[in-house]
Amino acid sequence: MRKNGFARHALIEALHTVQSSFGYLDDESIRFVALSLRVPLSQAYGVATFYHYFSLKPPGKHTMTVCAGTACYIKGADKLIAAAEKRLGIAQGQTTKDGEISLMTARCVGACSRAPVALFDGEVVGEMSREQMLEQLERWTVE
Amino acid sequence: MTIEELEQIAKSVNQENAKYDYEVNVCMDLACASQGADKLKDALVKAAEAAGKTVLVRRTGCMGPCSHGPLVRVDPEETLYHRVNAGHAEAIVKSLGGAPAPELQCDLNEHFDKQVRVVLENAGYIDPEKIDDYIARDGYKALLTVLTEMTPKGVIHRVTESGLRGRGGGGYPTGLKWGTVAKAAGDPKYVICNGDEGDPGAFMDRSVMEGDPHRVIEGMAIAAYAVGASKGFIYVRAEYPVAVSRLTTALREARRHGLLGNNICNTPFNFDVEIRLGAGAFVCGEETALIASIEGRRGTPKPRPPYPAASGLWGKPTLINNVETYANIAPIVRNGGKWFFNMGSERSKGTKVFALTGKIANTGLVEVPMGIKLREIIEDIGGGVPGGHTFKAVQTGGPSGGCIPAEMLDVGVSYDALLKMGSIMGSGGMIVMDDTSCMVNVARFFIEFCMTESCGKCIPCRAGTAQMFTLLTRICNGTGTMDDLALLEDLCSTVKETSLCGLGQTAPNPVLSTLKYFRNEYLEHILHKRCPASVCNMESAVEVVA
Repeated sequence: MRKNGFARHALIEALHTVQSSFGYLDDESIRFVALSLRVPLSQAYGVATFYHYFSLKPPGKHTMTVCAGTACYIKGADKLIAAAEKRLGIAQGQTTKDGEISLMTARCVGACSRAPVALFDGEVVGEMSREQMLEQLERWTVE
Repeated sequence: MTIEELEQIAKSVNQENAKYDYEVNVCMDLACASQGADKLKDALVKAAEAAGKTVLVRRTGCMGPCSHGPLVRVDPEETLYHRVNAGHAEAIVKSLGGAPAPELQCDLNEHFDKQVRVVLENAGYIDPEKIDDYIARDGYKALLTVLTEMTPKGVIHRVTESGLRGRGGGGYPTGLKWGTVAKAAGDPKYVICNGDEGDPGAFMDRSVMEGDPHRVIEGMAIAAYAVGASKGFIYVRAEYPVAVSRLTTALREARRHGLLGNNICNTPFNFDVEIRLGAGAFVCGEETALIASIEGRRGTPKPRPPYPAASGLWGKPTLINNVETYANIAPIVRNGGKWFFNMGSERSKGTKVFALTGKIANTGLVEVPMGIKLREIIEDIGGGVPGGHTFKAVQTGGPSGGCIPAEMLDVGVSYDALLKMGSIMGSGGMIVMDDTSCMVNVARFFIEFCMTESCGKCIPCRAGTAQMFTLLTRICNGTGTMDDLALLEDLCSTVKETSLCGLGQTAPNPVLSTLKYFRNEYLEHILHKRCPASVCNMESAVEVVA
């Protein structure tokens, strides 16, 4: 916030910093940012909920993100998501009960030429097969 | 920084490069990097040292045919190697100065022959984090020429003369837009670069920002001089962390070289750029929503007029252009408007970058002159549909575009031709579908996308897309009726005509275009409870019938 001179219009920047440090935005940090930048709490909360990139829930220890962009969809990303949901017993956007693995979907990560794409803790893996994905999930679970 | 100093830098870079006997360029764009291009680069450096050869191993931006990655190009012979991994490093180093390593050589002549590279001329040839590499390829020459030899009016005249149209999709004449902002009263003025490439299935802007970031900055600076602005913003998606870091580096280097900041090139011109991160909202590609987002608010669009050219960021005159539009500016200034005008078709000038993806042999980035036939892009450049399947449709323009069937492939690509076919140019995503894709299902996918991305401000878009989604889901699972189809068509026209911004106005396009060209697939789903591509699950329908 200081980097942007506590400018009110740098609200999204500030929330990005919070999320990259803590992994998500909790009520306390949203309140703190709003107060520091002198923006109404409603605006800060509105922004935090409007943009898909911000998460109000803590993520799991590992995060698998399946790209659900058009190119990935055409190449079967929906089947990957369904298989992952079945394997983990959670729906997309949720975290397993033990807090180990979060299953997310992305709108497009821009690696369309290697579709379907998944990110394992931020690392892009292209031409993902169902078996490959389940193997990686297995590795995480064993840990 | 003066032109003489630029030339001095270019000269010293060339002298430095001449010390090496060979140049090996490694593509480190996302697609290649995800397959171990960084390990490959290290292995090449090691192998060269071991062999005692002086080799310049350079990291570059996207070389194009991503499906062949990781890619390596040996210069000056321009030998392209594909599907290279770290284990091949020794063989490549060994081949230097002799015959190319045959097992790795990539023969894509047809792929490259039909392309014309303007925007992508540097991608694959420079290290995106080295400003000197960019300067050695005539970088920033256009900016300094403009500042010392041209008037703002002269610059606008040249851009107008080139016939360049906005590459974000709408195709508004760029020169006209610049002229409007230049004439608008108000101070300060702003220039914004729209790098919120929300269209899923498109990655041209990402590759340009990552592979050649200075070109975007130079284009913005020239635009700022032309319209009289001193402050710029680049709005980048947060999903593109590499683009953000490359741009940050590029901005820092440009400032250090005095190419941004106060009194650039000893002229009264001041200009600096700030990066703003998006946060995952497709609607922020719409210019008024993007402005709201830069101001730190929810990205909801406003009715136009007033256009941003008159009242944009903080109510001031604002110029918004897409990444690719700015990337075209420097070459236009350097080579003249006529040079650009002579490329392309009658009403769409220059070249266009497309991201070719989906069921096609050569996926990746291609840059073609406007007016080229779709068939040439898909069959010659793209290598056709692999695996013995047949081509069904190509989707352009993302969720706002439409699906173009096989019988229309001989149409030349231009803004107007695509619009006539019920699609749009869009930012340049091109997704090829074969006979295993169900068009109703694809339409449902796009409507679902628009439904979740609708900002909720106006009712036709918020409620209309949700209703369309319900109807399409019914058709997909076999419970749809002919009444549903009629209602769907009716809704399409309502949403199209009454929505506030581009998102809603174009949301029905995927449905309308598939209805136009693939109506029989809809009818199969409704009347015979059958999905011709065997994609949709019709089990629930069978139960209803039983």
